[in-house]
Amino acid sequence: MTGNSLPPVKLTDSGRPVLLPNEIECFFLSGVDLLCEDEPNTWFPHLKSGLLILTTHRLLWIPEATVSASTSASSVPLASISHIFPHKKSLKSVFASPRVRFQVSPSPERGVASAGSRSVVVTVVVRGKGDCDAFVSKFWENWRARAWEESEKATSSSSNVAAVAGSSSSGIYSSDGTVRMVGVSGILRKEQEMWESTDKSLQDAFQDLNALMSKAKEMVMLAEKMRLKLLSGSSSQTNTTNDEEMGSKEEMQELLLSVGIISPVTKESAGALYHQQLSRQLADFVKVPLDRAGGIINLIDIYCLFNRARGTELISPDDLLQACSLWEKFDVPIVLRKFDSGVMVIQNKSHSDEEVFTKIKVLVMKPDALRSGISPSDAAMTLGVAPAMAKEHLLSAESKGILCRDVSPDGFRFYINLFSEIDRDDMHLVKDHGIYASWIRAIPAHG
Amino acid sequence: MQKLGEFKLPHFFNYPPYFTLQPVRDTREKQIQLWKELILDYCKTQKVFVIGLEEEFPLFTNTVIERSLTFEAREAFLSALVSEGRAEWMDKGHRKCLILWHRIQEWADILLQFAKDNGLEDGVVTIEEIRFGTESQGTGLEI
Repeated sequence: MTGNSLPPVKLTDSGRPVLLPNEIECFFLSGVDLLCEDEPNTWFPHLKSGLLILTTHRLLWIPEATVSASTSASSVPLASISHIFPHKKSLKSVFASPRVRFQVSPSPERGVASAGSRSVVVTVVVRGKGDCDAFVSKFWENWRARAWEESEKATSSSSNVAAVAGSSSSGIYSSDGTVRMVGVSGILRKEQEMWESTDKSLQDAFQDLNALMSKAKEMVMLAEKMRLKLLSGSSSQTNTTNDEEMGSKEEMQELLLSVGIISPVTKESAGALYHQQLSRQLADFVKVPLDRAGGIINLIDIYCLFNRARGTELISPDDLLQACSLWEKFDVPIVLRKFDSGVMVIQNKSHSDEEVFTKIKVLVMKPDALRSGISPSDAAMTLGVAPAMAKEHLLSAESKGILCRDVSPDGFRFYINLFSEIDRDDMHLVKDHGIYASWIRAIPAHG
Repeated sequence: MQKLGEFKLPHFFNYPPYFTLQPVRDTREKQIQLWKELILDYCKTQKVFVIGLEEEFPLFTNTVIERSLTFEAREAFLSALVSEGRAEWMDKGHRKCLILWHRIQEWADILLQFAKDNGLEDGVVTIEEIRFGTESQGTGLEI
């Protein structure tokens, strides 16, 4: 009984899971194995070394990119989990990789189809570094919260409400049996009720806010203190720090990452899951604006669009840059490119400079352009890109030897490169055919 | 075709990028090559020996397309000539350049040939005689 009987997870092109409505990702763990210890040949597949994502509805397991696609991404609905075993602390567990065990009871209506329909105990083996204890508590919390039932209820109750509303709209009795108010007094009463309810909800909301604000100050202080500690730790005697300190430092860095506080120090832990996931998400997001912009787009534009799309939880420019530079490691169809001038853009892998160069060549061979050259704004109009971007294209065409520049009081213009066409042994020789000859025909005759 | 006095200028003299020092290496090398040829050609036919970088020099300005070489460009082209042995700086500040349309070795050969042709070996000849003597007519030594 091989075969994967767990529900599969749909992935986007860049390897991000497609989530259910109202599903929220809560925790990431890398380098995770899912094993079934009961028997070697149960219905539960052996999932080796992948990324484990805990959401409010499911446990998602996604194979790491380096592993071949023999095992596909799969999920365990939290609904099918019947028991989570408490995390046992023993002397033995100190040396082995941290493990979390839970029991899965297969049932078709909960998404786990199985021929055996026997519950099994599954062990999560955390090989990579990660805060296992935090995972367990979050896992426990989500499993208890039963968010999947909420969404089920929401779908069923919304239909109920519609039915009730339809039936109660007529008659003097409202659905809960009270006498409906009619006439002007009814309208006034209703108005007042509305006022009262909004007032109450506002008060509630502000109460929450006040509580948050009083806590926020403490939180900021705590974060600041942690940051300072990390800073001092990294600056003083980095060589002599023992393993324990290193471990706690990593833990702290990940903690900071998880709250979203990215201080310069935590950047040292490049490749943390935060940036990986951000990178994948960004890759999915970029596709649409990139197509609209013709296959190449300024990094700054993407930064604005991406943060506008996020709404809250804005990312810093540094995070964006890190996320973009991680694309090299993933199999995504886009790349970050830096022009010689330092301008950074995002472009499709399929986007070829050759195509642009051909267009530039055609443009620059027009009689007008032969005579007086082209400016970046001319190129921008032909190529349909921003002038700054057009200039980058022209400069890279120049470095390829297609164009050459003319700097004069009139400005900075580009011409087709004739230098390679001219015979160095006989300066006056003009070949009958070729760019040089057509240039001579284009310029006004003198003498 | 454009002319500078009696000197016939090549077509590319009206090519604006010719007057801007090109930043790309391959293109620049080719540009410097063309400038070297043109300077030597011009100096040879017009019997010009010295080019001052800060002085007006007819080749370095093209009034038709309103372009002229910058100081850096002039220095770059003349330095290229110097490094090839076709010119020499006359001062340490690189302000004046002696153009050798014959290399020094070639000048020596010409002088020797001149002496041999006219039976002047083992004799004494003044520079004045070489420059203005009837024997030196048509040898390239008469200036």
